[in-house]
Amino acid sequence: MAGSKSRMPVAKTYKIYIGGKFPRTESGRYFTIDGGDGSVIANICRGSRKDFRNAVVAARKAFPGWSGTSAYLRGQILYRIAEMLEGRAEQFVAELVLQGVSKRRARKEVDVSIDRLIYYAGWSDKYQQIFSAVNPVSSPHFNFSMLEPTGVVSVLAPDDSGLLGFVSNIAPVIVGGNTTVVLASEQRPLCAVSFAEVLHASDVPAGVVNVLTGYREELTGQFASHMDVNAVVYCDAEADDAADIQVRAADNLKRVVDRVGTDWSSENAQNPYRIKDTQEIKTTWHPIGS
Amino acid sequence: MSTESSKLAFDDGWQYAPAPESTDHVSIDDQYGLFIGNEFVEPESGRYFDTINPATEEQLASIADASEADVDRAVRAARKAYSDAWSKLKAAERGKYIFRIARILQERAREFSVIESLDGGKPIRDSRDIDIPLAAAHFFYYAGWADKLAYAFPGRNPVALGVAGQVIPWNFPLLMAAWKIAPALACGNTVVLKPAETTPLTAMKLAEVIRDADLPPGVVNIVTGAGDTGAAIVNHPDIDKIAFTGSTEVGRIIQRAIAGSGKKYTLELGGKAANIIFADAAIDQAVEGIVNGIFFNQGHVCCAGSRLFVQESVADEVIAKLKDRMETLIVGDPLDKNTDIGAINSARQLETIESYLKVGREEGAEMHQSSCDVPDTGYWCRPTIFTGVSQSNRIVQEEIFGPVLAIQTFRTLEEGLDKVNNTPYGLSGGVWTDKGAKIFRMTRKIRAGVVWANTFNKFDPTSPFGGYKESGVGREGGLHGLDAYLKLEA
Repeated sequence: MAGSKSRMPVAKTYKIYIGGKFPRTESGRYFTIDGGDGSVIANICRGSRKDFRNAVVAARKAFPGWSGTSAYLRGQILYRIAEMLEGRAEQFVAELVLQGVSKRRARKEVDVSIDRLIYYAGWSDKYQQIFSAVNPVSSPHFNFSMLEPTGVVSVLAPDDSGLLGFVSNIAPVIVGGNTTVVLASEQRPLCAVSFAEVLHASDVPAGVVNVLTGYREELTGQFASHMDVNAVVYCDAEADDAADIQVRAADNLKRVVDRVGTDWSSENAQNPYRIKDTQEIKTTWHPIGS
Repeated sequence: MSTESSKLAFDDGWQYAPAPESTDHVSIDDQYGLFIGNEFVEPESGRYFDTINPATEEQLASIADASEADVDRAVRAARKAYSDAWSKLKAAERGKYIFRIARILQERAREFSVIESLDGGKPIRDSRDIDIPLAAAHFFYYAGWADKLAYAFPGRNPVALGVAGQVIPWNFPLLMAAWKIAPALACGNTVVLKPAETTPLTAMKLAEVIRDADLPPGVVNIVTGAGDTGAAIVNHPDIDKIAFTGSTEVGRIIQRAIAGSGKKYTLELGGKAANIIFADAAIDQAVEGIVNGIFFNQGHVCCAGSRLFVQESVADEVIAKLKDRMETLIVGDPLDKNTDIGAINSARQLETIESYLKVGREEGAEMHQSSCDVPDTGYWCRPTIFTGVSQSNRIVQEEIFGPVLAIQTFRTLEEGLDKVNNTPYGLSGGVWTDKGAKIFRMTRKIRAGVVWANTFNKFDPTSPFGGYKESGVGREGGLHGLDAYLKLEA
């Protein structure tokens, strides 16, 4: 293919994304995405549990800053991600096609992904108003309940939807001020890695989103059991053993968010309750008096 | 400010005459069966256990010990009531039944208060002014939600889950039953509830109320027993939701046990809450808040303020005042209206607390206790504070669930905050300062579900309660407490 052209195209090295940097997996391992005809599309980092631990450290470090960012700014940053993705739409379409998605469906997946980001960008300064409450307690106190991000959220992105499934899961998590470590689709990991580059160019602070690629079977347990992760999100009934995830999550009473059965292209895949799923409710009391 | 000059002379002249609440208006049966389908029935095994008065060690009644078969019977009654009656009832009518429970509880409030104090050891003042009125208020609050649920969930259609299995602790027996039953019923579910084995009596009295309120048989079933009975509820395949209040350890076991079952769950677990006092706080008010925070209900409170951080410049003053105030607390007969601190709930809990007192001293902390007398029989623990403790001490890290306070100091807000948040728990916290901006900075940064500023240990049915991190999952109370008992359809 290259031989017929005057210059050699430069192939991309797909790496993982931790703390705003693109390292290779510390394990030095890889797996191959092939084009179905025996050709190699890319060697993908086969991330390790150590990579995951490093990513959690980066996510924890980023949490105070990101959760303290104003809702307006978080909204603008999500909007910025959408802008960047729009500008690179052709690249993502091409990557999806490389991974076996039809051109027409790939185009739609990219379009919906961009719109999904816009959707959640718009929620950034509104979900709080929908879900908060001032509580009319009987005693002379001012009492209110509002949402705060749960903390570090691990996300096992769906395997069948390399871009849209990825975007649909991280957007509600980060718009709410959480930081996250995401395991990309195992069969279609290219878009997740390229999306990390989009995030990197979108004023998303380092460590807010960390992206690993690798074998689901090897990493799921750690995503569910890590003691400094506050919530785990999973999407595939088959790839992710729900019972096993919940058992492991119990070690530190992690919140377990079940997204199994979601049609990512549907309007039902987006709503503010998905933001609320990785939020805590904090109630504050103060006396009313002299 | 000299601590000497501000010390009040509590120790001479002030003696309180006994003011015991009478018990002659209270009737407790010798024996209670299981409440299934609006009837008290024999347990299948024929086994009963004693519930005793922890202040006297005398037996109050014998209580049925529910086996797996008994739990199954209760679940079947609840399922049938759900399918045949409760889910077919108009929501407004459902609400009226719950209002009725609230009203009967108010009518029988004095009786319930006395029984709560007899069975659990808590001061009658607390049962009378807090536990029982709040329990009634909970039913009243949630009753009104029954036909308004759609308004709480914009864009969704809320539907009942089915049968809720609920396991509650011994520290606020009736109140916890109300926290569990009221929202479950309002959301259209039926219930199988297990009270704690040391405090089943007000739950059995509540069963009478439910029967007298004429609820359809099986809507509320109350089964008594210990851990095995709770496990039978948790593991029952025909239960749709588990609500548990208790220790973090058991919470973990429950989350594992129901893994993959599809059961919805809420867990309200342990805590190691911190109060933090800044130098600019109203110190006397803060001291009262700290005392209430740790000694309320003998410290048997999951959100108890069991850690205290005092800004260094006022530490000596605060600690001196705390010691003085602690010395004035009246420990003794739970039925006496003067009593501040009643009996420890059980011999087992007393043993746990005493083992921590030993651990605290062995780890090098300095222990101060009130010099008060305690009765010869019954289970008692003098109010206790530890100073000279460090972050890694077990009495700082682990929940003691008794009247034991660990005091540390801090210099800057950031240091204080780090120490406050240095715990796997996240149920509650308290901030004491006169600076408004500092209050909001702290209440935002404390990683806990309930934060009290310039107050502590306040509860209300409209106010959501529940923990961050290892203090639990989900909220109880208020609008946010509805979520736990509903499925939200698109």
